[in-house]
Amino acid sequence: MIKESIQTIKIGLMAISLFALVACSSTSDTEEEGAMDGEGSSSSGSSNNGSARTNPGSTSGQLTQEEIRAENALRQTVFYFDFDIAEFKPADRETLSFHARDLAENSSKSIRLEGHGDERGTREYNLALGERRANSVLNYLIVNGASRSQIEVVSYGEEQPAQAGQSNNAYSRNRRVEVVSR
Amino acid sequence: MNLQKSLHCFLVGSLFLLSFSANAELSIQITQGSDNPIPIAVVPFSWQGNGVLSENISQIVMNDLEQVGEFSPLSRSSMLSMPSEEQEVFYRDWRILAQDYLLVGKIDRAPGSQLVQVQYEFFDINREIKLAGEVLTGSVTQLRDIAHEISNVVFEQVTGTRGAFTSEILYVVAEYMNSERTNFRLEKADYDGQRAQILLESVEPIMSPSWSPTGRDVAYVSFETELPRIYIQNIATGDRRQITNYPNLNSSPEWSPDGTKLAMVLSKDGSPDIYVQDLTTNQLIRVTDHPLIDTEPSWTADSKSIVFMSERTGQPQIYQIELGASSFNVERLTYDCFQCLNAKFLPDGVNLVHVRRETRQDPNYQIAVLNIETLRVITLTNTSLDESPSIAPNGSMIMYATKFNGRGVLDAVSIDGAVRFRLPSTQGDVREPAWSPFLN
Repeated sequence: MIKESIQTIKIGLMAISLFALVACSSTSDTEEEGAMDGEGSSSSGSSNNGSARTNPGSTSGQLTQEEIRAENALRQTVFYFDFDIAEFKPADRETLSFHARDLAENSSKSIRLEGHGDERGTREYNLALGERRANSVLNYLIVNGASRSQIEVVSYGEEQPAQAGQSNNAYSRNRRVEVVSR
Repeated sequence: MNLQKSLHCFLVGSLFLLSFSANAELSIQITQGSDNPIPIAVVPFSWQGNGVLSENISQIVMNDLEQVGEFSPLSRSSMLSMPSEEQEVFYRDWRILAQDYLLVGKIDRAPGSQLVQVQYEFFDINREIKLAGEVLTGSVTQLRDIAHEISNVVFEQVTGTRGAFTSEILYVVAEYMNSERTNFRLEKADYDGQRAQILLESVEPIMSPSWSPTGRDVAYVSFETELPRIYIQNIATGDRRQITNYPNLNSSPEWSPDGTKLAMVLSKDGSPDIYVQDLTTNQLIRVTDHPLIDTEPSWTADSKSIVFMSERTGQPQIYQIELGASSFNVERLTYDCFQCLNAKFLPDGVNLVHVRRETRQDPNYQIAVLNIETLRVITLTNTSLDESPSIAPNGSMIMYATKFNGRGVLDAVSIDGAVRFRLPSTQGDVREPAWSPFLN
């Protein structure tokens, strides 16, 4: 699980910086790309062609800016939280909106939200806090169109740290909600 | 006395490897001693049989007494004589050495059997009287049990408090294998970490072990289905059953002292609240009802009320509620901390052991005791990541989890903060100690 999250972060960063399509580890994501590709070129694609071309050297000429943003947003599957705080960061709102829209448009898709905390504070409190963090993402996804039945929530509290150690860096990596495809 | 304990057999489940664990044994290290310990001489017990015994009874007794801090055992090299029974004892030999108490004994083969018999005698040097004496019989594998029994007698004779040296502990070990796998183990050991056994092993987290009041069963949380669910396992047979499967969080099982109920935390109705399941009828009663986090239930000694942590005023504080009372009828117990968590009463019902974070600015979590009548607070630890306090059955010590050199270890501290010892593990992060009730 730890390795998985590191991979997703890496992939997310590459996607954002290169603005290119990088093969993702999850097969369902790959299918998703295919579906959006087809949609883009057939219908809404033509009206936004101009803006897509403004990316020099881009290989994603057939995708709209909006679609590229959606692709990149869906690659971000780990959301970090502040110490003692159960609400996700406002900066993640747009990214989560894309996740919500993706679920709304693909009713067969389902995800698991895994909430985590850093090791400070008691284990049971962190277990409860991890659930509140996951629920904060859950509620936002539902308000933005996802169906409750598509989402399972589980908290691991402080039991599955992404990074070991007592540093602030490790702590900030560990306070997180991971979106895992099922 | 339960010296006829048979070796425990564990059923091997398909998911779990159960085995005796020799290499994960813990060993005690005294990190802080008492200011004014009682001098006591423990003479090496004589052994009349052939061969070498696997355990050194007098050394185990000395370790027991030293660990709890009240005693300062005399070193062997200082002894003027080595009596093994009453007629060899000369009180002046021990008075010269300023000893208050003397323990002597001898070990023989029991006639016509494979068993050994251990005779011990315990003396008050100042009053020149024998305080206790007994012959204990058991197999050679039970020498450690016999030694702890003798420690119990000595401790009770001197302090008036029942000894807890035959008690055991449960704890969880998390061993990082590689980036994709951490092994979690539920283990049981003697109170001093010796004779560790694995009760359950899983690649998913195990949490919150809680003893049944008989000491026969343990309740815990396992994520083996990828969701936190509560299980009860018989310690001797390994038989286990899943007892909850409610949506969302199922956690923090805590046996009532009368053994009839299990308190737990469920978030099936939205947010984590305290529930009580009757273990005979399986009836589930909701105890608290609040949209913010309620968790970490513990019982009062009469099994009628539950102490718990709630965020209802914004930060974790400790509250108490009587079973059957309205969920609004909650009494707040802590006020003077930024966060107070994971509380449980000492056997006196007045002193509340808890985890404490004093201020928002300083995220250190320490073990403290609050007297709910005088409101006096004693902070017992001075490290920053202390949690999961568990109380010895005689109320004399608290074992808790902390970090040492980045690793999870178990420490114990006397209830006055004067004495400390540590059980370092050889492998993995050790956490969530649960001290057993009296087992004999």
